[in-house]
Amino acid sequence: MHSFGYRANALLTFSLTVLALMCAMASITDNFNSPSPTATVQILNVNRFQKKASGDDEVAITLDISADLQSLFTWNTKQVFVFLAAEYRTPKNSVNQVSLWDAIVPTKEDAKFSIKTKNKYRFIDQGSNLRGRDFNLTLHWHVMPKTGKMSADKLVLPGFRLPESYRSRRPAKHPAKAIAT
Amino acid sequence: MMDWQGQKIAEQVMQIMLVVFAIGAFLTGYFMGSLQLMLFIYAGGVVLTTLITIPNWTIFNRHPLNWLEPSEAKKHPKPQVTGLISKKPQKK
Repeated sequence: MHSFGYRANALLTFSLTVLALMCAMASITDNFNSPSPTATVQILNVNRFQKKASGDDEVAITLDISADLQSLFTWNTKQVFVFLAAEYRTPKNSVNQVSLWDAIVPTKEDAKFSIKTKNKYRFIDQGSNLRGRDFNLTLHWHVMPKTGKMSADKLVLPGFRLPESYRSRRPAKHPAKAIAT
Repeated sequence: MMDWQGQKIAEQVMQIMLVVFAIGAFLTGYFMGSLQLMLFIYAGGVVLTTLITIPNWTIFNRHPLNWLEPSEAKKHPKPQVTGLISKKPQKK
């Protein structure tokens, strides 16, 4: 500690050690937050439902997604990535997971939203198994903290069902509908 | 320059200030809900600590060492150690 350089070095190393501890503690405080997000998804319309030339089923739907993810946000949350996936079983695959829509929620104010949208990513089966298929719409989210470990969780909204037959661009009335919170 | 006492005080002041600012910044940030605020308060604390403890302020030099006068030193010659060299193992 006798010279300028030694003191500057001591201060730098000590202050950065303390900063690391502060960040670790900020990360620990996230454990005290017990989030209770809610979500509701309705399928407003099946716009198109057909077998592609490749033999795989494709369905295009209009969704009404309402969610309140505000409880996921703490002082240590940078952003939340959220995506909606259709999940179902087929004889070929015991787990099918098709991402239909996603979004980045940058702030707590944006975390309570209601959006009507067509599926952002194509809903295509591996095969021709979608007619009359029961499926879940699952809202997944990944919480990205400012400091610490990323975490992920999901909310399963069960009880959706695709139409029994193919249809082209004919508008229809609520072929599949369910509400879950 | 800093004397021995000054170095000790400077080191202690540095550590105490940083820890106090860290605790204050953390609590303020947590209760205000802003990690950014925590970082700014702590950064301010680091700058303040730097200004206080790094330059050679005169308050850290109030306990100068009192060296003996050369004439005094001659009256009390250093005790001469005898036989030490021969006791040392011849190892380099």
